[in-house]
Amino acid sequence: MTQQSTPSATCLPAGEASDFQNPDPLVIAFCCNWCSYTGADLAGTSRLQYPPNARIIRVMCSGMVHPNMVIDALTKGADGVLICGCHPGDCHYIDGNLKAEKRAEAIKLMLEDFGLEPERFRLEWVSASEGPRFAAVMQEMIDGVKRLPPSSYKTG
Amino acid sequence: MNSSENHGKRVGAALVVGGGIGGMQAALDFAAAGIKVYLIDRGPCIGGVMAQLDKTFPTNDCAMCTMAPRLVEISRHKDIEIIPLAEVEKVEGQAGDFAVALRRRPRYVNEKCTGCGACLAACPVGKLKPSDDPKKPQPIPDEYNEGLSFRPAIYIPYPQAVPNYAVVDPERCLHLKTGKCKLCLKSCQAGAIDFAQKDEAVSVNVGAIVVAPGYKLIDPKVKPDYGYGAYKNVITALEFERLLSASGPYLGKVLRPSDKAEPKRIAFIQCVGSRDSERDYCSAVCCMYATKEALLAKEHLSPDLQCDIYFMDLRAFSKGFEEYYNRAKAHGVRYIRCRVPKLGEDPATRDVTLTYLGEDETKHEAAYDLVVLSAGLRPNPSSAALKGTLGLELDQHGFCVTRPFAPVDAGREGVFVAGVFTEPKDIPETVIQASGSVSRAMELLSPAKGELIANKAYPPETEVAGQEPRAGVFICHCGTNIASVVAVQDVVAYARSLPNVVHAENVLYACANDSQEKIKKTIVDKKLNRVVVAACTPRTHEPLFRNTIREAGLNPYLFEMANIRDQCSWVHMGEPLPATRKAKDLVRMALAKSRLLEPLYKKHVPIQKGVLVIGGGLAGMTAALTLARQGFKVHLAERDGALGGMLRRSRFLFEPEADPQKHLAEVVAAVKAQKNITVHTGAVIEAIDGFVGNFKTRLSAAGQPAVEVPHGAIIVATGAREFQPEEYLYGRHAGVLTQLQLEERLAAADWRSKAPRTVVMIQCVGSRDEKRPNCSRVCCGAAVKNALKIKELSPETNVYVLFRDVRTYGFKETYYTRARQQGVVFARYDENRKPRVAERGGRLAVTTYEPIARTEAVIEADLVVLAAATVPHPENKDLAQMLKVPLDPNGFFLEAHMKLRPVDFATDGIFLCGTAHFPKTADETIAQSLGAAARVAATLAKDTMELEANVSQVLDDSCDGCAYCVDPCPYKAVTLLEYMREGAIKKIVEVNESLCKGCGVCQATCPKKGIAVRGFRLEQISAMAEAALAPASLDPTPEPEPAKEEVAN
Repeated sequence: MTQQSTPSATCLPAGEASDFQNPDPLVIAFCCNWCSYTGADLAGTSRLQYPPNARIIRVMCSGMVHPNMVIDALTKGADGVLICGCHPGDCHYIDGNLKAEKRAEAIKLMLEDFGLEPERFRLEWVSASEGPRFAAVMQEMIDGVKRLPPSSYKTG
Repeated sequence: MNSSENHGKRVGAALVVGGGIGGMQAALDFAAAGIKVYLIDRGPCIGGVMAQLDKTFPTNDCAMCTMAPRLVEISRHKDIEIIPLAEVEKVEGQAGDFAVALRRRPRYVNEKCTGCGACLAACPVGKLKPSDDPKKPQPIPDEYNEGLSFRPAIYIPYPQAVPNYAVVDPERCLHLKTGKCKLCLKSCQAGAIDFAQKDEAVSVNVGAIVVAPGYKLIDPKVKPDYGYGAYKNVITALEFERLLSASGPYLGKVLRPSDKAEPKRIAFIQCVGSRDSERDYCSAVCCMYATKEALLAKEHLSPDLQCDIYFMDLRAFSKGFEEYYNRAKAHGVRYIRCRVPKLGEDPATRDVTLTYLGEDETKHEAAYDLVVLSAGLRPNPSSAALKGTLGLELDQHGFCVTRPFAPVDAGREGVFVAGVFTEPKDIPETVIQASGSVSRAMELLSPAKGELIANKAYPPETEVAGQEPRAGVFICHCGTNIASVVAVQDVVAYARSLPNVVHAENVLYACANDSQEKIKKTIVDKKLNRVVVAACTPRTHEPLFRNTIREAGLNPYLFEMANIRDQCSWVHMGEPLPATRKAKDLVRMALAKSRLLEPLYKKHVPIQKGVLVIGGGLAGMTAALTLARQGFKVHLAERDGALGGMLRRSRFLFEPEADPQKHLAEVVAAVKAQKNITVHTGAVIEAIDGFVGNFKTRLSAAGQPAVEVPHGAIIVATGAREFQPEEYLYGRHAGVLTQLQLEERLAAADWRSKAPRTVVMIQCVGSRDEKRPNCSRVCCGAAVKNALKIKELSPETNVYVLFRDVRTYGFKETYYTRARQQGVVFARYDENRKPRVAERGGRLAVTTYEPIARTEAVIEADLVVLAAATVPHPENKDLAQMLKVPLDPNGFFLEAHMKLRPVDFATDGIFLCGTAHFPKTADETIAQSLGAAARVAATLAKDTMELEANVSQVLDDSCDGCAYCVDPCPYKAVTLLEYMREGAIKKIVEVNESLCKGCGVCQATCPKKGIAVRGFRLEQISAMAEAALAPASLDPTPEPEPAKEEVAN
């Protein structure tokens, strides 16, 4: 059980540092209150370790995240943006997550217009009991943007 | 049944015994109805077995996702007092006024505990490793993980446990055993550990008691031939559930115990401990949980994983179950029909071997890496004591005995029961019974509602409009949970440097009482108008802090939390510098949002107390009666000319004392005599408008002018009908009947004189086929019931039942056994080779293929009785459209959530019960109708309804009426308005705040920033993102070394 988990026992395999062009990226993660934010908390309760490069913003539903918010974050210098919602069927608001899924398609098209790599945006499902999955998603996302050059929109 | 005749004292409080999902539902329903609740559990926390489940069938929903919000709601509810580690010792008094003596065992941890977990790590018992040396102390098996992992002697049962306090295991605590150790005491900075605690007597005064003590799995050791305990790779289904769970012993990895290898072949053995001579009942849930576990195992490991389920009858009898079973077969789960006699173990590989006799009557051998025993359910052994303390009648297995037509009455007035304690059952039926118990209790307690609930007085709110933000930032150490990783002092210094911050300080435990007082005092002294707390998670602690600032006169929505523990210090333990930087960012982000917060107010709208019940069968009448007895005015609309529905055709039940027609007559008479019920027969519903609390329905009754009735809630109880078979010569030969027609014949006086020589029953007529995939649930029971009645009236009549699976779930199994003992012949037929019925010289000839003998047999019959499906009314479609509620693919009404909201629609204020939901028995219908009524009573308990503050708001200047947001709204809360301004047609959308739930799908759809969820507006969320991205050059403090003295704190 979680109380007995030590960080070393649950540490996820990290990416190969040699591949990294951007060793210290910043990722914005929009997490829905009911599943993914809870899963993120469970990763904590279970002491699962992932890189400290993400900043989580709690939203009530993944379906609440406007595509402009994703694009704004990326064009203001975020190296990556992640939206996490409940698995299909688990949405607290019937099917807000499916609406997020549809919008993600539109967001992917917009990335191209802004000259952004597709790896900079992801939509993932994480349930309230999937602490390990949350940590794994974070690790993958962060490793993914580390392999890219720093965002061309980054200032300062 | 009518408790309102008793005019004694009524206490506005209730005791709920058992904190599982049933007890939790009862507690929430009572509290919503204005009753103070004492929720007791024998264990250290609430949650029950459901908290151990990974997913739930048939939707594979995550169990904790659906349950956790309820746990939090209960833990924060002002009118629910949780009393853990408690048992009922004595009950005196009578219904309406019970004096209950409870005994509470010591926890050795008091309310100062913050659940931080420091003591868990300090406990030396938690560091023990299993050893083969019997002299060495062994580690403590963790109950939550079914012994698959170990826990310390001071522990928190599971991460989301409520109350989230540690508890000391007195059997294994070194200090309590030897007087030494006390390492936990030293580790606890909150001062919460108290070894001086003793057993405590607690007395409570309540008006009613709901008993929901739950169940345990039958110990598979009752079947020694399965080798449970001896063979390492033979485990129970609940152990397997923990293996599947991401919070389980291997974090969701399915590994077999002997060598921690991933299994490639898994067998599930059904009916372990049930459906045998000692426990002649069916545990009702195992077929589906095995199916679920097989599907999930394939998901976790590989689609090619071999999953074999050894079963006798596959009992997929509830909504969506048959479809789930079909899906499992399509995914390659193999179902093998046999009773496995014995398991063996290969000593070298530890693989499990089994030998069985297949349907072809030949011997088969198989080997598996892992065998899962689908152990049955038995009442919680601790509930045996309730026989003495509460005077309950228990059967030979320890189940609580209830009477027909009174499924939640415990047999003592004022005491009600729910869950597996009365019969093995699934989660939704437990939840239904729990709500139903509350409705029965409220018939008694409604005069006392509101008398004992807490009315909290707050000081007047400080006006903050137009003021520049003045923020106070409080950074929590959480003992060492945050402070050992994050340099708290640096974060405080950083926060002080940020714009609008007039106060920043660190606190040892932000949630502790002293810190709360400090926050309140600072708000007043420094005239704060924003408060930011950087600590654990807002999911559990935001309500607490909001309440704190409200107590200091601030609007509760001027609060924001930064999660620097669960999402920072705990996930970056080895990286103090980046973690500190992240904590600062999170504080800056919270502060950025807090600047844009504004006071929000919960609106109150008046509600209509009336209820419209649609359908005057058993379901509608039962719901109407219980509501009327609680003082609600009910309009009961029945489309037929008379009340009674399908029950009019029922002549007897299994229990000889049960007379459906007598019960029906009593209920109809009670409905007609009830002054609070207006009956509309021959009713047509013309229109339903409005929303929860404020509906208006236009209905016309036969020969009457249409009337418009206002009401606050709706119950859909429109029932179902018997399928009219098109096959087996039905309608073409007088000897072919449906089960209902047979029942009518059996009830007639002349059965004996005209008793047929042979009756053949054919099951699944119009169910479980391509057109109607669902099982009709009640037909197997009806066949067994009628077969027994035939044997009772004319024992010489030969009775054959041709079936696909005999689905006599729960206690109906006993009658199935009895029918076989009395000579009823049950013969299986294959879905691909259905029986054929032909007329032969006036008699009927039934030809059936016998899968075991692999030959066709012909039975000459006088009567052929068809188990015709129970099918939904075609009119359901119109009503569903009128109410804007969904139907399932089979045409039955679809509830909001299959497990936890079985009587609610997703639309607030509309509920369902009876066979409109799915085929069910009379008792199941009664329980669900009572349950729906309880949910209505909870909705309409107050004179006004409080609406959520965090809902959508239209920004008039920005909305141009494009209406993009109207269709996506899952609650149909947004509508388009057109109006004239300056001679032109203008358009704008409008939000109905009674319907809106604040999901924000509208704001994400809007191209013009014309609609937004209060508290989650685009600017507010964007401000957080921008703050996160603020270039480091704006950071006023240089990157500091973590201050060592802080780390040690």
